[in-house]
Amino acid sequence: MIQIPIYLDNNSTTKCDPRVFEAMTPFFLEDFGNAASKSHAFGWKAEEAVDYAREQIAKIIGANSKEIIITSGATESNNLALKGVYEMYAAKGNHFITVSTEHKAVLDACKHLEKLGAEVSYLPVGEDGLIKVEQIQAAIKPNTVLVSVMYANNELGVIQPIREIAALCREHGVLFHTDATQAVGKIPVDVMADQIDLLSFTAHKMYGPKGVGALYVRRKNPRVKVTAQIDGGGHERGMRSGTLNVPGIVGFGKACEIAMQEMESEAARLRVLRDKLENALLEMEESYLNGHKEHRLPHTTNISFKYVEGEGLMMGIKDVAVSSGSACTSASLEPSYVLKNLGLDDELAHSSIRFGLGRFTTEEEIDFTIKCVTDAVNKLRDMSPLWEMFKEGIDLKSIEWSEH
Amino acid sequence: MAYSEKVIDHYTNPRNIGTLDKASAQVGTGLVGAPECGDVMRLQIQVSDSGVIEDAKFKTFGCGSAIASSSLATEWLKGKTVDQALAIDNMEIVEELALPPVKIHCSVLAEDAIKAAINDYRVKNGMEPLELEKSHH
Ligand SMILES: Cc1ncc(COP(=O)(O)O)c(C=O)c1O
Ligand code: FES
Repeated sequence: MIQIPIYLDNNSTTKCDPRVFEAMTPFFLEDFGNAASKSHAFGWKAEEAVDYAREQIAKIIGANSKEIIITSGATESNNLALKGVYEMYAAKGNHFITVSTEHKAVLDACKHLEKLGAEVSYLPVGEDGLIKVEQIQAAIKPNTVLVSVMYANNELGVIQPIREIAALCREHGVLFHTDATQAVGKIPVDVMADQIDLLSFTAHKMYGPKGVGALYVRRKNPRVKVTAQIDGGGHERGMRSGTLNVPGIVGFGKACEIAMQEMESEAARLRVLRDKLENALLEMEESYLNGHKEHRLPHTTNISFKYVEGEGLMMGIKDVAVSSGSACTSASLEPSYVLKNLGLDDELAHSSIRFGLGRFTTEEEIDFTIKCVTDAVNKLRDMSPLWEMFKEGIDLKSIEWSEH
Repeated sequence: MAYSEKVIDHYTNPRNIGTLDKASAQVGTGLVGAPECGDVMRLQIQVSDSGVIEDAKFKTFGCGSAIASSSLATEWLKGKTVDQALAIDNMEIVEELALPPVKIHCSVLAEDAIKAAINDYRVKNGMEPLELEKSHH
């Protein structure tokens, strides 16, 4: 028996793994100490737990635990990386390079820095969602301080050529930051092999709790420093003050440990399920895959069902929780900027659905989803004037639409 | 955001989906919205010699509220005279379907579609098109 509704929005957030939850519970009621209290056992116990978790967190990205700054999540990590580098390296230059399909936490932090005097290049991606190393190369200038490119995109799942970009940055003496929120715990990420200087990630995308994340800051070759953005008691070696979220950190650590153990088998399992879902849905007429087919996370697919509007479709598949790039789902009435940046017609962006599979996804759920989506698309196309025109061979572009 | 029961009802059992012969002089067709905006509504009315709307059909590309608004509009149109139909205001649709503020424009689209269909009918039958208010979209 499958349980309704089915959750296929794992790129948005994931359910906490029961093993993670269990590891966290003692730190609410029994071991509730402040990790910064050096004078009693309550504090020592909390500190010990945090130290252990920090090792687990560092290990999943091949870092040293001294290189991990605990934050409230990837949004804060991105902000700390970008604003912290901007301030710290002001003497070296003020030019940042990033990509137009980054998460808002990166784009809006950059916008903020522009107001403070930074010069930011927002590079476009190709229609497959990928940035080319040559584009970065061409954008690097003598005053470039930092390049920030996300590891994997949240909407499309496409994986950027991180290792090549990082090597290029190293060659030019430019720092390299990556928002690896969607990648860590899902695919192998190694800050040494990849030559990454700063890396953001978060617990709640990998079956850990919400509200806790980390920024990796390289300590050797080169030693990287960021200026604190939250001042106070000098926690996290002065780079991020605030009493540590001990249960959250313990949960984050446990989530990393489990992900490391299960990543390979999980990725293989999810790839099979994802491909099954994707192939079945792409068999429908006029449905299109968004983003590169190969360089992609194994558990994500983003598909446009032409002539059907995304929010309308989500209502038709209300037993399956997904997300859409449609404007009708957003307050701004703008379709997804990520999809628009692929050069997709707005119309196709409105028609897109993102499916994010996860650790708790079963084959029965995928079979159910295939049927549910197929039925809903067919039903909505029967009531779509655009579908009727398409079937009559009318070119939609030839029509003078009343509203723009 | 949760949908009202009436929106769900119209979405699940849409009334009067379909196509009337747009070449017929008795049929008025209104096509409003734009694919790039994520909403397109086509509403058609069939008017008797005595000026009564005998049939109404719609097809909509849009969110659940847009589909429900157009479905409701066709229900309301049937049996009304053209003049009565002109008086339908989008806020009546908002009220009937309990649409939240972000979905008001879906009802505006339905009102626009009614007016556009009536104008098409008028022009086909040698009448002046009515001055329509600027679209609120
Ligand atoms: C790529 C990416 N970066 C950053 C974030 C923000 O993470 P958090 O919710 O931990 O602040 C998300 C998740 O929404 C994301 O997908
Ligand atoms: S059609 Fe876009 S919100 Fe209703």
